[in-house]
Amino acid sequence: MKAGSRLERLLERGEFAVTAEIGPPKGAGSKGVRNNASLLKDAVDAMNITDNQTAVVRLCSMAGAVHVLQCGGEPVMQITCRDRNRIAIQSDVLGAASLGIKNILCLTGDHQSFGNHPGARNVFDLDSIQLIAILKGMRDDKKFQCGEEMKVEPRLFIGCAENPFADPFEFRVARLQKKAAAGADFVQTQAVFDLERFEQFMAEVRKQGLHEKIAILAGVIPVKSSGALKYMSTVPGLMIPDYLLKRMKEAANPEQEGVTLCVELIEKLRRVEGVRGVHIMAVYWESMVPTIVERAGLMPRPRVEVEQAG
Amino acid sequence: MAGTAEFTPKIVAFCCYFCAYSAADLAGSMRLQYPSTVRVIEVPCSGKVDPLMLLEAFLAGADGVYVAGCMEGDCHFLRGNFRAKKRVLATKRLLDEIGFGGDRLEMFNLSGSMGPRFAEIAHEMTERIKKLGPSPLRRAGVSSGALTAAGQPGKEGEQA
Amino acid sequence: MIVAERKPMADIKDMLAGRKNVLIVGCSECVTVCQAGGEKEVAVMAAALRLMRETDGDPIAVETETVTRQCDPEYLEPLQKKVAACDCILSMGCGVGVQFLAEKFTATWVVPALNTRFAGGTVEAGVWEERCGLCGECVLHLTGGICPVIRCSKSLLNGPCGGSQGGKCEVGKGEIKCAWQLIYDRLKGLGRLDLLLQPMPPKDWSRAKDGGPRRTAREDAQL
Repeated sequence: MKAGSRLERLLERGEFAVTAEIGPPKGAGSKGVRNNASLLKDAVDAMNITDNQTAVVRLCSMAGAVHVLQCGGEPVMQITCRDRNRIAIQSDVLGAASLGIKNILCLTGDHQSFGNHPGARNVFDLDSIQLIAILKGMRDDKKFQCGEEMKVEPRLFIGCAENPFADPFEFRVARLQKKAAAGADFVQTQAVFDLERFEQFMAEVRKQGLHEKIAILAGVIPVKSSGALKYMSTVPGLMIPDYLLKRMKEAANPEQEGVTLCVELIEKLRRVEGVRGVHIMAVYWESMVPTIVERAGLMPRPRVEVEQAG
Repeated sequence: MAGTAEFTPKIVAFCCYFCAYSAADLAGSMRLQYPSTVRVIEVPCSGKVDPLMLLEAFLAGADGVYVAGCMEGDCHFLRGNFRAKKRVLATKRLLDEIGFGGDRLEMFNLSGSMGPRFAEIAHEMTERIKKLGPSPLRRAGVSSGALTAAGQPGKEGEQA
Repeated sequence: MIVAERKPMADIKDMLAGRKNVLIVGCSECVTVCQAGGEKEVAVMAAALRLMRETDGDPIAVETETVTRQCDPEYLEPLQKKVAACDCILSMGCGVGVQFLAEKFTATWVVPALNTRFAGGTVEAGVWEERCGLCGECVLHLTGGICPVIRCSKSLLNGPCGGSQGGKCEVGKGEIKCAWQLIYDRLKGLGRLDLLLQPMPPKDWSRAKDGGPRRTAREDAQL
């Protein structure tokens, strides 16, 4: 057991895991995060708190993770390489572990030009692969990136992201391999809409035996409207097949259709060999997650005993 | 400050040998009237003109300047008139930036057989400059360098 | 070359406010190539300044000189006389040139006519693009000759990130090519994709810009 988190234990046991995402507020209020945490804690095994997603300043992931813990949920803290250098990152990891945060997701991070402070100087001291390796080194070798030893190592379950729909397509599996080799324990993929392409990706993953080295959680996004799905088809890294765009456009009740679509995708993804869980990114629609999990036949979530923070 | 009725502009026209200057010649032999305000300077190609030349014309006291080259696609040197176009544009922007006025500079295209068009352009530019008034240099009370022989102001009514 | 571009004339006008005798100094190297501060540009600047100031009724006397390069004090020596006769130097060299002029002629006001932007090359006539980040630890042998520090918007050493689509970077609305797609294609063509399977460790950024001015020396070149 690397960290003994709920997510880790369930995956160890071979259960199909369910995780979700919470988008923290653009303000200092904790109510929103805490409400969502309470809402989701029995519907999912762990919940991510995003880290200044799309380079927009929001309540930080670590604080959000603490709120989740206090509400009885299990957090997945996210760290991007955009805003912090290796010193700040390693420091935050120590702090997080000391607060009882066990799951940490390592990301490159969206460029600052996407956010509300485009003139900010970015950091990118590290990239996601180097970040994963550093966390692994801290946990398993009890060493900082500089080689110095530490007395009390952070106990972490290390996550990463991968986008099976980005280019170069032929290199995506190799990149996931690099992350697994660097020490990632689990991966949450970018949202799957194009099942065919995802299955191509998974076929290659299985060929490399990668599905046994790292726990793959397929991402899904429930859409509220046809407009939302149309917008997503313009976002780099997301692939939306035409038939889905058509379905949403012709839906009598778009919200309901969006949920149905999501549930159907989850059911199909469960049947793909090598997929060990699902990651539901219903950002700012967190209230819909319990419904989705229920309709996908994944309720109730399995119980598990979790160690308390050291 | 708009030009007064007595303001007679001094305009310099850089004309390419193959088209614009031929058109000027033709206008002359057709006895077409065009303002004596325009002083024609022959260049082998409009592409010979560069920003410095244009700025120096203004420094010498021109109220307006234009470059006349062949029709686009017909330049004798193939792309000289395209280069001229870009340079004129860049210089117009610079003139705007320094508050002198990019409107005082223009690029025109015509073919060697277009005598009437040559006259038309001369009239057009003259009217435009009359409306814009004398060069900011003149307004500032700076005595302009002569555009004819050393120091002597050019006699009105003379053609280029 | 170091690529620079002219500051707006309004800014240059402010810098020269109150000055009566300006010496415009050009440079025959980088800024000549990127057509920002060579002999031609110096002449145009001189004409533009005279027009601008005469129009304002506040004429300025302009002297010009384009030196071999401004970043070598020996080439600035011959400027002594002209410098003594002016009350301000307008350098049309890169930031390095401006500073060397200021260091040499300490009693004279030195101002920059250009904004120095990057180290790059000519991609087509009249267009220059950044290529080198001056990071002090070149890894071009590992990336097929394509710089991940500068050409990747996030300076990733183990790219691409998830935003690479159709060979384009997620930043820049499609104008920026994904460096890692370029690297992948190049290494594939050279039969060296194996290089991409080796993770690159965190960069030693202490070799790059920071911590005061960097310095390099050759003992055998010192007198």
